[in-house]
Amino acid sequence: MTVDLATLVAILAMAAATVLTRLSGLVLIRHVSLEGSRRKAIESIPPAVLMAVVAPTAFATGIAETLACAVTAFAALRLPMLVSVALGVASVAILRALGL
Amino acid sequence: MNNNTKLQDFLGGMRAISPLIAAVIPIGLVFGAVAATKGLSPAEAGLMSALVFAGGSQFVAMDIWTHPASWTGVGFAALLVNIRHVLMSASLGTRMGGFRQPARYLSMLFLADEIWAMAEFRAKVARLTPAWFAGLVAPFYLAWVFSGLAGAALGAFLGDPVVLGLDFTFPAVFIVLVMGFWKGAETGAVLLASGVAAVATQHFVPGVWYIAAGAVAGLAAATLTGKSQDVEVTP
Repeated sequence: MTVDLATLVAILAMAAATVLTRLSGLVLIRHVSLEGSRRKAIESIPPAVLMAVVAPTAFATGIAETLACAVTAFAALRLPMLVSVALGVASVAILRALGL
Repeated sequence: MNNNTKLQDFLGGMRAISPLIAAVIPIGLVFGAVAATKGLSPAEAGLMSALVFAGGSQFVAMDIWTHPASWTGVGFAALLVNIRHVLMSASLGTRMGGFRQPARYLSMLFLADEIWAMAEFRAKVARLTPAWFAGLVAPFYLAWVFSGLAGAALGAFLGDPVVLGLDFTFPAVFIVLVMGFWKGAETGAVLLASGVAAVATQHFVPGVWYIAAGAVAGLAAATLTGKSQDVEVTP
């Protein structure tokens, strides 16, 4: 159970960068007023960010991933989150096993 | 707010995050196992999970890990991968009316994607309280740190996560959340812009710029469609 100095410094650098991103949004909204269209833009952030993270997996990784994303999205219309996620993971495992 | 309501809120937050804990444990195990293959000790992997607490950037760091570690390389990569947190924190900050100023900053230190998404979701239907937020954070943080530690200790004993489909847990959770944010055609425009920009950027630009590109494109789409419909006053 040792911690290498260079590794520790690298971890601290990552932590500092992450904390900076997490706090700066909060600082930002204290100095910028958020009314009208700005407010609307802020409300679009959650779907925009989530989509940006998953888009390469959903549309540019492989047929198995694309199909499994579709299964997950479809399941999410009716089923609870955990069930939808489990269905998605099961489909991707099966489709990959089939060689897609 | 009395202690009983606080406890109720804390338990409510725990209930809300529980499916995501089931999803994050395999991811944490995989992170630990990958870290072990890169030569990190369980203590180092656990320390990274505890201090950075941002899965995406930790996986990217493992991808580009060197010996000895390059703090500039992984530090810059973390900044780039997590730049979306600026937008997320700005967005969630507007929902923290029930938090005192120090509590806001303290809460934002734990702004992992899953916690943020559940908090945004909660804020749509009820007032977000510090106790409810703490209920999200406490179990999720512990699950992430300990699954990372366990993964590094077990290392090679774990099966191939790709064969098991476990690497798909994270995108699957995000897809479910995206579906929950659907509010009509306007959301469609945001998703389309974000998706196209992210895929195109990922195809042509190496690294993780695609997340920032998609987020900004979605934001731009929202601003444009918002302008064309102009004054629609929401309380």
